Amino acid sequence: MDQEKTQSSSTPPSGAERLVIINYGAGNIQSIMFAIERLGFKAVLSNDPAEIKAADKVIFPGVGEASSAMEMLLESGLDTLIPTLKQPVLGICLGMQLMCNHTQEGDTKGLGIFDVDILKFSSKVKVPQMGWNNIYNLKSDLFKGVSENEYMYLVHSFYAPNCAESIATTNYEVEYASALQKDNFYGTQFHPEKSGDVGEKILGNFLKL
Amino acid sequence: MLTKRIIPCLDIKNGRTVKGVNFVDLRDAGDPVELAKIYSDEGADELVFLDISATEEQRKTLIDLVRKVASTINIPFTVGGGISSVEDVAILLQNGADKVSINSSAVKNPQLINDLAQKFGSQCVVVAIDAKQIAGEWVVHLVGGKVPTELNLFNWAVEVADRGAGEILFTSMDNDGTKNGFANEALAKLSTLVNIPIIASGGAGNIQHFVDSFAVGKADAALAASVFHFKEIEIKTLKQELKNNNIEVRL
Repeated sequence: MDQEKTQSSSTPPSGAERLVIINYGAGNIQSIMFAIERLGFKAVLSNDPAEIKAADKVIFPGVGEASSAMEMLLESGLDTLIPTLKQPVLGICLGMQLMCNHTQEGDTKGLGIFDVDILKFSSKVKVPQMGWNNIYNLKSDLFKGVSENEYMYLVHSFYAPNCAESIATTNYEVEYASALQKDNFYGTQFHPEKSGDVGEKILGNFLKL
Repeated sequence: MLTKRIIPCLDIKNGRTVKGVNFVDLRDAGDPVELAKIYSDEGADELVFLDISATEEQRKTLIDLVRKVASTINIPFTVGGGISSVEDVAILLQNGADKVSINSSAVKNPQLINDLAQKFGSQCVVVAIDAKQIAGEWVVHLVGGKVPTELNLFNWAVEVADRGAGEILFTSMDNDGTKNGFANEALAKLSTLVNIPIIASGGAGNIQHFVDSFAVGKADAALAASVFHFKEIEIKTLKQELKNNNIEVRL
């Protein structure tokens, strides 16, 4: 940890974590950068396939609209790279949704890492869901030291239905998967970087995987 | 269950908080970063910073402030005031703001709502509406309630939601500063007309007013300034009381 605090992010000496945030033009990346810094880590922003491939850990953010975000991934060739990554990868919010088979948003084909289709909340509830909701049925090292029913900050109109790869559940109109995991791939619908101290703990757990 | 949100609002001028704040434990009562941290630690669910700087020069300090706040606190925050273009918003988001709030610029140029929603996503577009009743009709006002428009509150709310706003921050100028409670009837009507979250603002004076804004006004969040700044209501106590009144909150 102490080593990582002092080392430059662009030229990490051997032994230091190389943490890359995929920069494909989607969303507010700055708040993730700040959260990582608060945890004593450093990250580089990159859309360079070689740099992403060589990273020890990869964060795949995303805010905005699915079809245009997917287009940006296609243009940069990241759509074929991301599913082949072997290191821990964390998709956040739209990042997680794009890692699924398909999303109703813009009828968009996803990366197919998580075997689930993203659906839209109905108009029976306010859309987007915006604010703090609790997560439960926690399964995964991502939630080490995190109690059931902690509150996380969420902003989304589309959701992943409960499925075999669900590692956290939240209830809004339906019970849905608020986090997913398959092998080295993790996804959170909530924003750990904006979810107070508990969110930071979850982000820290990922960084220490 | 999705919780109701409590949102303190800070007025910013030249990078400093204005209006009084009454925190005895503050080293510097004008430092928005320190105040933001205290509110965050006390359990605020979000923060709103409203920039009332008059000049471009003063506005530059806002960007530095946004960076400092974003690097310090780990809850979402909204920046409003003086935003009139896609570029203005891009700079704020790049520096760590999570949402922006637009008011007069949306009235003058409604297309801005569409443009922002398209470019950055609805989730970061809050449209603030100030309104007061004139001869029984809720009329949208500009410039802090001084200038009436021809817009009706409810029609305008429906339009901004259709254009892609992610949230509406409704301030009743009739209630603002009175400490007599929120405009619950208008709030409840807004909630039935649009399907995006509504933030209640204007009129908070005691804890029961917050209870009513959620139970009667059907608001998704409640915003206040002076009752928090002057410690008339502590956020922790408020949220505990809301819970005691069967209103779901994050404790």
